Amino acid sequence: MEYILIIISAVFVNNIVLAQFLGICPFLGVSGKVSTALGMSGAVMFVMTLATIATYLIQVYILVPFDITFLQTITYILVIASLVQMVEIILKKISPALYQSLGVFLPLITTNCAILGVALLVMQKEFNLVQGVIYAIGNSIGFALALIVFAGIREQLDLMHIPKGMKGVPVSLVVAGILALAFMGFAGIVK
Amino acid sequence: MAKKESTFLNMIVTLLIVTFVASSALGYIYELTKAPRAEAMRIKQTFAIKKVLPEFDNDPLADQYVLPANDGSGELSVYPALAGGDSIGAAVKTFSNNGYGGIIELMVGFNKSGEIIDIAVVNQKETPGLGTKMADDSYIKQYRGLNPGETDISVKQDGGEIDAITAATISSRAFSEAVQKGYNTYLKGETK
Amino acid sequence: MNQWRNFNKGFLRENPVFVLVLGMCPALATTTTAINGMGMGLATTFVLFMSNLVISIFAGFIPDKVRIPAFIVIIASFVTIVDLVMGAYFNTPGPQGEPSLYDQLGIFIPLIVVNCIVLGRAEAFASKNKIVSSVIDGLGIGLGFTFALVLLGATREILGNGSIFGLSFIQGDGILVFVLAPGAFIALGYLTALIIRLKKS
Repeated sequence: MEYILIIISAVFVNNIVLAQFLGICPFLGVSGKVSTALGMSGAVMFVMTLATIATYLIQVYILVPFDITFLQTITYILVIASLVQMVEIILKKISPALYQSLGVFLPLITTNCAILGVALLVMQKEFNLVQGVIYAIGNSIGFALALIVFAGIREQLDLMHIPKGMKGVPVSLVVAGILALAFMGFAGIVK
Repeated sequence: MAKKESTFLNMIVTLLIVTFVASSALGYIYELTKAPRAEAMRIKQTFAIKKVLPEFDNDPLADQYVLPANDGSGELSVYPALAGGDSIGAAVKTFSNNGYGGIIELMVGFNKSGEIIDIAVVNQKETPGLGTKMADDSYIKQYRGLNPGETDISVKQDGGEIDAITAATISSRAFSEAVQKGYNTYLKGETK
Repeated sequence: MNQWRNFNKGFLRENPVFVLVLGMCPALATTTTAINGMGMGLATTFVLFMSNLVISIFAGFIPDKVRIPAFIVIIASFVTIVDLVMGAYFNTPGPQGEPSLYDQLGIFIPLIVVNCIVLGRAEAFASKNKIVSSVIDGLGIGLGFTFALVLLGATREILGNGSIFGLSFIQGDGILVFVLAPGAFIALGYLTALIIRLKKS
């Protein structure tokens, strides 16, 4: 039951993009079309879950026992960078088409603050490994939700007349704000 | 500068050197800042205690003890305060899980007879502008001087004396619940 | 290279937040007040300055294939230094018990390591330019980033809280939405439009 609460909280109430401000760069950059948004979300879900597991194990079995927690930032980001490399290689082999369409955004998953952010939050919230994995999966669903909804809106926006000064990034940001406002309505459904 | 060749040996050696230098430098700075960081944590912890108690001359943090909450919901930390060897009361770190946004943690200062001296909000996730008003002096001052053993400190909607924050009844209720829990636990523990 | 132009490009022409659309996560998350924005911006500037310095000195000794991991370790080290130092010296609560600057910035301090600005400048500039240019580039972009954050932070603080740099000038509350998530997006959206307009004229 508690796991369902973790997921609902991560997807709706504390949406990683719209409430916690993590993952904004890909959110603004990759959400032009629903299809790329879907591809990116899948890759992020894979990396985020694996990264949470790997960083959790490293923190609990290496960093804390040896009292070297100050190496947390370095080890976490190196783990994430390696995982992304791995995903690139795997993707190139099994789905060259998806690899091509994601293009430069794939290596950029390394700098996706959502991945490192979630890994750090799992520690902050003192989750155990199972809770941490559920939390990571929940957040990647939340990321996917925000990205896909936003992509859908942007596909429509492209067909409309926007004042020249607001075209592109400005109007995207304002729309994201309204979306964030809508998601605030979910507050209070999780006690 | 000519770029170094990416032979396997070069790559490994470079990475090892970079990581080694980085880790050593960080280890050094870690040791250097260890004391100030610990001091900063200590100041943060004593800040709430100092705010809710009158002048004391002991170290409440060192003298702290833990009591099981009277309603079985967890444990509360008690930080006793002494002045000239006599107990002048204690700060009790209490909580309620029934805040609108989740847990609320309060530091309540009680004097020996159980009167509330002052309250500090240690942690809350309430709605900004509404529930967060519980940290305002205008709300907290209602509790000062009240003895929860003699006065009903629940919100008026529940028959008590406290005016809830407008449009934030749930937050106010949780606040009162936490204070009451602190009183029940601390005073029950006192009369051993 | 004209170092003055190298320095001030970060403020308007190549402002990381408004023009390059980089560093958006901390820009939105840490700008609830002008001071928080300034703290975040200066911490990032320090990392940019130091990592650009070290990378431009040692880039020649790092084999091409491992340059990204090597840069990451270097950047992560300076980020950790900022984290340790801020946890030690910028960690006292305010007079009313408000959280310290360190607590306000929270996980966004370690997240400086994934701020695309830092790795971006290291890769695009510092690894290919001389020390002086790289350092000035780091400083200029960092301060331009700080400028953007202070601007956004001040806007949100004035509209949402009726104060500026912690000094209130109205009684009661401001337009709360600006202190919250949606307001950050909206404020940044309009500010970006404004700055781009200014840049064009």
